[in-house]
Amino acid sequence: MAVNPVIAGIGSPNELQQALTGAQYIADEALATAGYLSLALSKPLLLEGAPGVGKTEAAKAIGAVLSRRVVRLQCFEGIDSAAALYEWNYPRQMLAIRQAGDDYVNIYSDDFLLERPMLEALRYPRDCVLLIDEIDRADQEFEAFLLEFLSDFTISIPETGTMRATTQPVVVLTSNRTRDLHEALRRRCVYHWIDYPNPALEAEIVMARASTVVQATADAVVRAVGELRQMPLIKPPGVAETVEWSQAATLMNQQGQPWPEAFRRAIGVAIKDHDDLDYVAPRLDDVLRGIAA
Amino acid sequence: MSIRETSMPRAAQTFVEFVQLLRQNSFSVAPDQTASFIEAIGLLGPRGLEDIRRAGLAMLSIPRARWEEYDALFRAFFLDQTTSAPALGDDDDEVEAFDPRDGEQEIAVDQRDSEVGDRATRLETLSQREFLTLSDDEVLRHFAQNARRALPRRKSRRRKPTPQGDRIDQRRTLRQAVQREGEVFDLRKTSRQKRQRPIVLLIDVSGSMKDQSEQTVRLAHAVVQVADRAEVFTLGTRLTRIAPALRDKNIDRALQDVAGVVSDFDGGTRIGAAVAALLAVPRFAGTLRGAAVSVISDGLERGETGTMVDAVARISRMAWRLDWLSPLAADPLYEPRTEALAASLTYFDSLSDGSSIAALADHILSLSRAATRRLVA
Repeated sequence: MAVNPVIAGIGSPNELQQALTGAQYIADEALATAGYLSLALSKPLLLEGAPGVGKTEAAKAIGAVLSRRVVRLQCFEGIDSAAALYEWNYPRQMLAIRQAGDDYVNIYSDDFLLERPMLEALRYPRDCVLLIDEIDRADQEFEAFLLEFLSDFTISIPETGTMRATTQPVVVLTSNRTRDLHEALRRRCVYHWIDYPNPALEAEIVMARASTVVQATADAVVRAVGELRQMPLIKPPGVAETVEWSQAATLMNQQGQPWPEAFRRAIGVAIKDHDDLDYVAPRLDDVLRGIAA
Repeated sequence: MSIRETSMPRAAQTFVEFVQLLRQNSFSVAPDQTASFIEAIGLLGPRGLEDIRRAGLAMLSIPRARWEEYDALFRAFFLDQTTSAPALGDDDDEVEAFDPRDGEQEIAVDQRDSEVGDRATRLETLSQREFLTLSDDEVLRHFAQNARRALPRRKSRRRKPTPQGDRIDQRRTLRQAVQREGEVFDLRKTSRQKRQRPIVLLIDVSGSMKDQSEQTVRLAHAVVQVADRAEVFTLGTRLTRIAPALRDKNIDRALQDVAGVVSDFDGGTRIGAAVAALLAVPRFAGTLRGAAVSVISDGLERGETGTMVDAVARISRMAWRLDWLSPLAADPLYEPRTEALAASLTYFDSLSDGSSIAALADHILSLSRAATRRLVA
């Protein structure tokens, strides 16, 4: 197993935590530890957690820390190698054949190859972070295909041959855990569960992300969101919703809405389901009174 | 002593033993994960036990839902502290979503109306049941033979080559054209594959369903064995996910596992609250999307009508179809009398006979033929 204790000047979980903070991502120690181990041991990082807790943002922040661009592969049911790996530019190939006439033309050269995220990560492993987003949305066939990729970092293109990464690319997988991932896939990764942050950390995130929001508003929204998450909602507000609600309420307030009416007016950015709104509406006064106190 | 043991550093041996302890407690840890775990500990210092704990969480891929169990084993191993697992079913005022694979009460959902809990608590008795050893059953065998073909299907976004597809298969068309000097003689086509819809069974195991619950669980075992994606939950005074237990091919062993994890057999009924608990866990609720959902219950709801109607309405919006199978519906003159069931009728695609294993099997086998339409209350 390749062990590289210092990656891009980062030699410990604490240093990674500080670097992530510099990239405007407030990570706790556990996430920094998992991230550091993933980089040091050259293993993919699997981040699981409820929607909106900052899994994708974590991958972007890791990209920023390593000064690499993030190549994102959004998973969906039925995703196949043409969407994940490569595709030939068929119209161009046809034109090339016609144009060449009796002459030889290599239609399986790079000129006709359309790179997809996984191939891009394999060819330029030092330049990018591969983000395989919402892997739980993909079907099991794709998950099985990923096993091979994540084990050997090789890709076989029938027309040209096998392609192997010169160095292991940094790979981050995220899952909302709408279904259980296969044990074999988990085994190949460093695993971390991202929970909702504690109130102090979440307020810090709001302040880092939303420049227009004052500390008192951030604290109030974080308290309110904490209460909303205790309710049996279909879609509890995530961290992104906390930030957006803070910004939206601040905007409403700047346009003349008094507190806490500004929070009420902006509730649509925090609660995004009709049933949830029906449930929250009669209880919102109590929540807002609580945060005002 | 083997060569391997002599070559292993003494400190590493400790961590290997810890991994063995995890395996004994049904954590799945591969040998290469053990090596990564030890490597990670070396990388982290370790500065303290917390580093070792975190290295384990990250490298052994411990799911969030099993952290509590992991921590208990960690403390027991490294600190010699023994802790008991959380007691099941001792909180009467909540309906809990329980996934035995997670080894803990995953989420506790407050009921929207506290009266539901108060009423049901008086009736609630948590008990476990011993299943008898089962012999072969002709109905189940027939079901197993026919179900794979009969289960409902839907179009997937994955495509396959077909002669009469709706989209040109550019890759194959081009490959053929290359062999003919760039001339396209016929267009190859692809069409969308079909895949099975998820099947979700919600089985009422309350006292009033005592006579049916065992055979229903047996059928659920057959469903889990043949369906590509099937989820099974029991409803009583709590919600329990039993699909993992039913994945064991051996039916006797599977039923024994079910008897071990379901702690509210023959107790009270709080269907609405239990279904609401199902909806409150995103990954459980996710199984309902596009699924054929069958609730097997007599509908004798002791909770609040509104809670059940709301929950049923939500399921009907998410699922492909929602059927209610009641043993009482074997009587052709049957009409739902309970307020909750009568008010929920409008959200069902059918209200059918669920009095026998044959009736249940027949219902599932006919799902692909059944049109989705809502009953009118």
